[in-house]
Amino acid sequence: MKVGIVSYGAYVPRYRITPEEIGKVWGVDGKSMSKGLMINCKSVPSPDEDTITIAVEAARNMMKRCEVDPQDIGALYVGSESHPYAVKPSGTIVAEAIEASPHLTVADYEFACKAGTAAIQTCMGLVGSGMVKYGVAIGADTSQGAPGDALEYSASAGGAAFLIGAEKMIATIDRTYSYTTDTPDFWRREGEMYPRHGGRFTGEPAYFKHVLNGAKGLMERTGSTAKDYTYAVFHQPNGKFPTRVAKQLGFTDPQIKTGLLAPLIGNTYSGAVPLGLSAILDEAKAGDRIFAVAYGSGAGSDAFDIHVTDEIEKYARHKAPTIKELNTNLKFLDYAIYAKFRGKIILGSE
Amino acid sequence: MATEPRFWRENPSRYNLVGIKCNSCGRHFFPPRAICPVCHRKSVGKIERIKLKGEGKIFSLTEVQEGPEELSMQKPYVVAMVEMEEGVRVTGQVIDCEACDLRIGTPVRVTLRKLSDEGPSGVIHYGYKFVPVKEKAP
Amino acid sequence: MRRVAIIGVGDTEFGELWDYSFRDIGIQAGLAAVADANITADKIDALYVGNMSAGRFIEQEHIGALIADYSGLARDHVPATRVEAAGASGGLALRQGFLAVASGLHDIVVVGGAEKMTDVSDVESAMIQSSAADQEWETVLGATFPALHALIAHRHMHQHGTTREQLADVAVKNHKNGSLNPKAQFQREITRETVMSSPLVSSPLRVFDCAPSSDGAAAVVLCPLEAAKKYTEMPIEIIGTGQASDSLSLHDRKDICTMEATRVAAKRAFEMANLTQKDVDVAEVHDNFTISEILAIEDLGFFKKGEGGRATEAGLTSLTGEVAVNSSGGLKARGDPIGATGLAQAVEIVAQLRGKADKRQVKDATVGLTHNVGGTGATVVVHLFRRG
Repeated sequence: MKVGIVSYGAYVPRYRITPEEIGKVWGVDGKSMSKGLMINCKSVPSPDEDTITIAVEAARNMMKRCEVDPQDIGALYVGSESHPYAVKPSGTIVAEAIEASPHLTVADYEFACKAGTAAIQTCMGLVGSGMVKYGVAIGADTSQGAPGDALEYSASAGGAAFLIGAEKMIATIDRTYSYTTDTPDFWRREGEMYPRHGGRFTGEPAYFKHVLNGAKGLMERTGSTAKDYTYAVFHQPNGKFPTRVAKQLGFTDPQIKTGLLAPLIGNTYSGAVPLGLSAILDEAKAGDRIFAVAYGSGAGSDAFDIHVTDEIEKYARHKAPTIKELNTNLKFLDYAIYAKFRGKIILGSE
Repeated sequence: MATEPRFWRENPSRYNLVGIKCNSCGRHFFPPRAICPVCHRKSVGKIERIKLKGEGKIFSLTEVQEGPEELSMQKPYVVAMVEMEEGVRVTGQVIDCEACDLRIGTPVRVTLRKLSDEGPSGVIHYGYKFVPVKEKAP
Repeated sequence: MRRVAIIGVGDTEFGELWDYSFRDIGIQAGLAAVADANITADKIDALYVGNMSAGRFIEQEHIGALIADYSGLARDHVPATRVEAAGASGGLALRQGFLAVASGLHDIVVVGGAEKMTDVSDVESAMIQSSAADQEWETVLGATFPALHALIAHRHMHQHGTTREQLADVAVKNHKNGSLNPKAQFQREITRETVMSSPLVSSPLRVFDCAPSSDGAAAVVLCPLEAAKKYTEMPIEIIGTGQASDSLSLHDRKDICTMEATRVAAKRAFEMANLTQKDVDVAEVHDNFTISEILAIEDLGFFKKGEGGRATEAGLTSLTGEVAVNSSGGLKARGDPIGATGLAQAVEIVAQLRGKADKRQVKDATVGLTHNVGGTGATVVVHLFRRG
């Protein structure tokens, strides 16, 4: 049985900060950081936001666009590397907030930036096997970069939710392929506030190896090449990596333009490919084909071959904000307010 | 002070604006009540739990400068009394906007945010806040 | 029902009384009242104590027993009752004492009120005070007690054209009166400028729009009117009492610019006393916020709805105005130890009606009124007094 996306929803906080502003504090040329990373600004969550509130807003936007009874949702997974609790799943709160409780299974996922797409794959299996009618897969994060570290210029916040089912799909996911190895390119130990990474080790042996293998693996199994796709979206820790990998795979700039959000919102980690995919679905037409490859450090890639159906013409997309709409009414912060919002200032204790 | 059960019990109303409708007189109330204050015992057995739509207009507002510990990262913050579509009024923060852009009458919709937590190792409490309704792009 | 009189009054000064504990201030006021009434301890039939939140301010409940014990009455097993209705605790205690004497159950009853607010931090004190509002559906959502009153102020300005300056005029008047009251917490005159340039608390209310946290106690001694002349040459009769409730949360009120409970409590008190607003010479109203006094003078019926600000600005509520409001300095300048306030109001009215209010004496004061509010108007108690 074919499975796919019945509905989707996205959310990005409205606060932004530029690499220039961050660079000022650390004596770094922020402007050239910005150019080098291809990031103009990154999103910053408000003190009252976290991965759960972002996931809820994305999931509610997803529900607004379709007429599915939340009680028919049989599974819900939230993938993130910034779950508010180390133990107590974000998913149970999201499930309550969209009134899907109590007859469903829930768990939280972690796989660096590809936890959300791993959730999509799980839902595909549950739906495809007939075990559930609908599954919800969410990738959301409010990732932190250590003060002064390179990642501080890109680590941002946002998320997107996908309702996976087998009826009235606006896009079918015809094939998924994953490539996974044990590669320590980027990690965060339990109890630590900030992640660490292997510098240049995060490039060729990590991001590029896994994304390229994931992409090639999918193309082999589907007998397709870059020119068969209308759109492509890759994991985007900055604007440079996905642009380079796209070129290596034969994709053109017009193909990747729509899904390339890093320049506007930074690296939303588990939200990155889900948000990029949302941006594409915001304008995709029936018959379009989408190539998506997510990457998670540690390491692994999830690749998807997605076909947009006729159903999208009837889809009530306007009932929730598009990525373009989420990128309006912005407020730019200085580093001091940013540090306050992100809990980087040592406060007094009671 | 640990308050898990007290907050957990109200989650349906805090997450989803679940109130009640008295099917004897048709009035809505938020939060839920055991009996209708207008119909009294005539309302017993006629109380229906109902989720508010989440849309309303600002009835009054204020920018709070001196607030509780849990909101110290966000002060000054806006508190409003919102008149919901169903006729009930709800008190909550209005966020993601500048206080000077808000007026009595500004339309708002509900969203979920963190209300507070019981310290760095304690439970996080989530609940409703309001955002101004964005004008639709032409 | 028997007629009831006040035969003695006593109070402490109000302020940050670092050297005195809750027990100290409670007893001080009671002793002063009993001395003023010329009675001995063995005559006291019952004790009522108004207190909002000793449990959170000083981690002590069972206040009735505590005061009975430390005033030496527990040895004689005098019945003692603690009364709580947030800010209206004092006024409500007075009403309970009145009912005990009026019913004939007791003869001499001491009613006191006390609060010790400064043994906790400012932040803690604000949190405790906000429990007078709807904890689950106002406070938890971020609405502080001042914020709720700010919502009222903003709406009153919107609906009735009340101005920021008129709010300030309430504080200016009350500080002027407070400067004439040696027991007031603040005895310094201020100007509109003082108020309007003070730090914002919750727009439009600023620091000088809000009554302070205070320590203090006040007490009165009640007695059947027919026996009052035995103890004092000038008994003051409680001629009317009215109490009313309303929704706990502000958002459930019909009109947030009106405290319906004030209107109903006042109506009940005036009906019982067979008097009207025109008869009142001096009134102590609940001005925990400047906007609260504006609502009070409208809802008590002294001025039309919406006219409170303009009336204040025109000086109609000054010591020489149509009705002298808050001659003591009000909660704003005299201070607001929550449970004591309702009794302190009565103490002021008694002083005025006895002609003993010194520099703040209202000429020919014959009838007085007290108005005590709990929360944002969920409980209101109104009393009327007349020279016996």
